[in-house]
Amino acid sequence: MAVDVRARTIAPRHTIGRLRRRTAWTAYGFLLPNLLGFLVFTFFPVLAALLISFTSWDLLRPPTWVGLANYQRLVEDPIFHRVLRNTVLYVLGTVPVQMLLALLVAMALNRRIPGRLFFRTAYFMPVVASTVAVALVWRWIFHADFGLLNSALYMLGVNDPPNWLSSTRWALPAIVIMSIWQQIGFSMVLFLAGLQAVPAHLYEAAKIDGANGWHRFRFVTVPMLSSTTFFVLVISVINSFQVFDQAFIMTEGGPANATNTLVFNIYRYAFQFFQMGYATAMAWVLFAIIFVVTVVQFRYQRQWVHYD
Amino acid sequence: MTDRSEGRPAGAGAPARRAAPRGGRRRGSLFGFGLGDWLLAAFLVPTAILMLMPFVWMVSTSLKSAGAVFEYPPTFIPDPFRWDNYTRLFQVLPFARFFLNSVFVAGTVTLLGVTTSAMAAYAFARLRFPGRDALFLGYLGTLMIPAQVVIIPNFILLRTVGWIDTYQALILPAAFSAFGTFLLRQYFLTIPNELEDAAVVDGATHWQIFTRVILPLSGPALSALAIFTFLFNWNSFLYPLVVTSSVRMSTLTVGLNTLQGQYNTAWTLLMAGSVLALLPVLTVFMFAQRYFIKGITMTGIGGR
Repeated sequence: MAVDVRARTIAPRHTIGRLRRRTAWTAYGFLLPNLLGFLVFTFFPVLAALLISFTSWDLLRPPTWVGLANYQRLVEDPIFHRVLRNTVLYVLGTVPVQMLLALLVAMALNRRIPGRLFFRTAYFMPVVASTVAVALVWRWIFHADFGLLNSALYMLGVNDPPNWLSSTRWALPAIVIMSIWQQIGFSMVLFLAGLQAVPAHLYEAAKIDGANGWHRFRFVTVPMLSSTTFFVLVISVINSFQVFDQAFIMTEGGPANATNTLVFNIYRYAFQFFQMGYATAMAWVLFAIIFVVTVVQFRYQRQWVHYD
Repeated sequence: MTDRSEGRPAGAGAPARRAAPRGGRRRGSLFGFGLGDWLLAAFLVPTAILMLMPFVWMVSTSLKSAGAVFEYPPTFIPDPFRWDNYTRLFQVLPFARFFLNSVFVAGTVTLLGVTTSAMAAYAFARLRFPGRDALFLGYLGTLMIPAQVVIIPNFILLRTVGWIDTYQALILPAAFSAFGTFLLRQYFLTIPNELEDAAVVDGATHWQIFTRVILPLSGPALSALAIFTFLFNWNSFLYPLVVTSSVRMSTLTVGLNTLQGQYNTAWTLLMAGSVLALLPVLTVFMFAQRYFIKGITMTGIGGR
């Protein structure tokens, strides 16, 4: 310590610096366990995945750099085209129907009706159930000869009901039906929360202005619910593009690739054929699709989503 | 009924909202245009039955004799009840072991994940340190990347260090999600600073502020994250399928898949296994439904 006059002006700054450094060390202490796990199991794997997608790697020999060959192969691979088509059809078949039914159920349950809790439980149960377990029972329900569905259709007078899971034409619709069943509850809960947040005075004002039920739905409920609808849509689309469990358990992607989806195909190439580079390239395409679709949805939300 | 309050943003007066689009009991209508209550029932009752049917059919089949499964017309009440389908299940595959594996893996992942995420979230939300924004950006940047991109490099990493088919492999890569940290950071940011200022004046350390001020005020966010982390890992299939190879290390979902592989058409066994996999989660759900639903409306997680 030098002259005392100076010491008085320097000391506080010195202390602040030390405090800052101490806070920084404390912060790193709080951060460390999570950051370490995040870096090792998420961040570096993402970077590694970028590199892997430019290699040919069977895990037996060291990887060889192939540039864009994997991506070129995707462009030309007829099975991959089929897979893309299946996945898009799955998303288009599942999301709108699921959301529409969920909205109807939510509107029906957004009233004081007897057994409201029971109904909500019934619609929501599939959401918490393990997809593997419920896919097994749906495989049984869709059984061509002894399944519950075809027995019911038979009783209704349908003489040659579809073979569902063993038919190239009906297997994907069957998986769509199962997925709609499983996802309604999730969207319903969000719609219900959205409906409950619509201020009642808007409905009353609309009534006074002479709006009928349809108008109140169209000009009060729909715009007031649009931010919820947007959120449900974005989440449902992201989740649907990643469908795997159903396709794996119910059909194993078959028959003849009829239910082969993007993630199922990634699984096959990575962990059955051990073509790590090609499978990783596919995974990046999945990411690109999800990313673009989400960005487009955000871009166009201005035209129909109303935030208050 | 307490469940009307869900997902309601705080603020505007509750009484005003209570009346939502009820449309009046007597005129009772879906959109308010004079469709009767019976129409509502005609929609709700059959659809609710359809929603529950697969579960009923699952339980019913699991209690039938092997032959009764193929009867036409199908019946819902098994005759006789074959409870021994369940005992047989435990004989053909180590289902008790699957069960314990699932409990252990999902439980540990939840504990590790929620604890470390909460600590990291506290640092991001409340502490200043060099590199904070860059690191947080790194977390955010990976949020949109689907798990399928990461699973391949992770598999290769686990294989290189010889961890395939171990508990470490099932637990560690699943435990440190960027999402949990992000979710809790957003929640911590909503807690007013004044509460901590008082603690700082009293000379509390950051650890004390974290455990005595922040955590007790974050119950809803922590429980939502814990519930969905557990649920997600309990139901998870692709990941444990990839990183395990033996029956000994299988979780319930992977065990069910093995059962399907061995007894492809033994429907009574397959359904008994499915019932077993669903029972714990559905039981907890029945009692804690409110928390599940609050968690979804608060965080948007839980969908598939």
